[in-house]
Amino acid sequence: MTPTRKRRLILVGLILVAVAVATALTVAALQENMTYLFTPSEIVAGKAPADARFRIGGMVKEHSIERGQSLTVAFVVTDGDDDMRVEYEGILPDLFREKQSVIATGSMQGGKFIATEVLAKHDETYVPRDVAEAMEKAHRKHDVPATADKPTP
Amino acid sequence: MNTLTLWFHKFGSPPTFFRVTALLSPWLFGAAFLIGLAGIYWGLFVAPADYQQSDAYRIIFIHVPCAWMGLFAYIFMAVNAFIALVWRIKISEILAMTSAPVGAFFTAVTLATGSIWGKPMWGTWWTWDARLTSELVLLFLFLGVIGLYNAIEDRRQAARAAAFLALVGIVNVPIVHFSVSWWNTLHQGSTVRLLGPSRIDSSMLWPLLLLALATHIWFFASVFARSRVSLLELEGGKEWARDIALATEHGHE
Repeated sequence: MTPTRKRRLILVGLILVAVAVATALTVAALQENMTYLFTPSEIVAGKAPADARFRIGGMVKEHSIERGQSLTVAFVVTDGDDDMRVEYEGILPDLFREKQSVIATGSMQGGKFIATEVLAKHDETYVPRDVAEAMEKAHRKHDVPATADKPTP
Repeated sequence: MNTLTLWFHKFGSPPTFFRVTALLSPWLFGAAFLIGLAGIYWGLFVAPADYQQSDAYRIIFIHVPCAWMGLFAYIFMAVNAFIALVWRIKISEILAMTSAPVGAFFTAVTLATGSIWGKPMWGTWWTWDARLTSELVLLFLFLGVIGLYNAIEDRRQAARAAAFLALVGIVNVPIVHFSVSWWNTLHQGSTVRLLGPSRIDSSMLWPLLLLALATHIWFFASVFARSRVSLLELEGGKEWARDIALATEHGHE
């Protein structure tokens, strides 16, 4: 390798390392601010802002969906440890149902979460319908809890 | 010099590159088209419906291969940019610059299909979560490279300046890939995994892999076709380019 090329190689390599380190530090510093959502237990622990808008994420608790007049709906979001009651008025996404991971945007009002938007978080599993039905049947037969829905990380 | 380095050196010379890619091009385009058609048919008509999303999930057969290609194109561009910056190899400059529009196209398709899927499934067209935002940054990086390359008059200087941007932007690639595991995102985690079992049924995985193969071949066919045009523009005055021009002229008569 000629000296010029060697010099260029070192220079370009150093720039790459510098940029990588800068990015890694930025990403690490942003880790706190990049929080997309809070779980119910984090809200109970007081980590979520008290009067600002934020997102809550978790699973819709079984038998907790109450449909009110027209489009009003109330349900309980859980992360396994704590529960949070969410109230919403609007159209829900197709995937919304019990035991589905959801993300709601809104703010706390008197111990309840008043949502202005509810999004369904899809998990990364793709299973044909007949396979899913067969699996569920087998689960029921052997009394194993269904594991198709992954709890929110 | 062993055969591999020899072949590499030969492939790096403009006339050889031009001749080899001219021979490869129709085969690559043909293979990509046929494999892609088979994959589309398999994915859209043969593969079973998903248990949660029924037929709406079929958009992954376009979305996922395009997303992989966006990242692949970026890595390909950055590696060539690196070679172009250090060794000043002409072919690498051209390969880096011609892969930018192709990568931008795949990234744009990824964002569009993701948005179309996101509206019914998530309930929103767009949200500023880490995956979606970093993918948008990837598109802007591609567009930045294209813009910078076209903003400078001298072709080789332009290539070097844009190659620098391409190389620095590589830091975004791991962010796009790992965003779903580093942060709580609305976007789901990786379905197809190299390490450990994939979270997709094999009846749905095969058409997906077939389409990934087709898009990879299409990428190279497209980049080679663009590179041949760029090469002729750059080397227009050289003897080998004139020979080719004369040969095609005779062929038309």
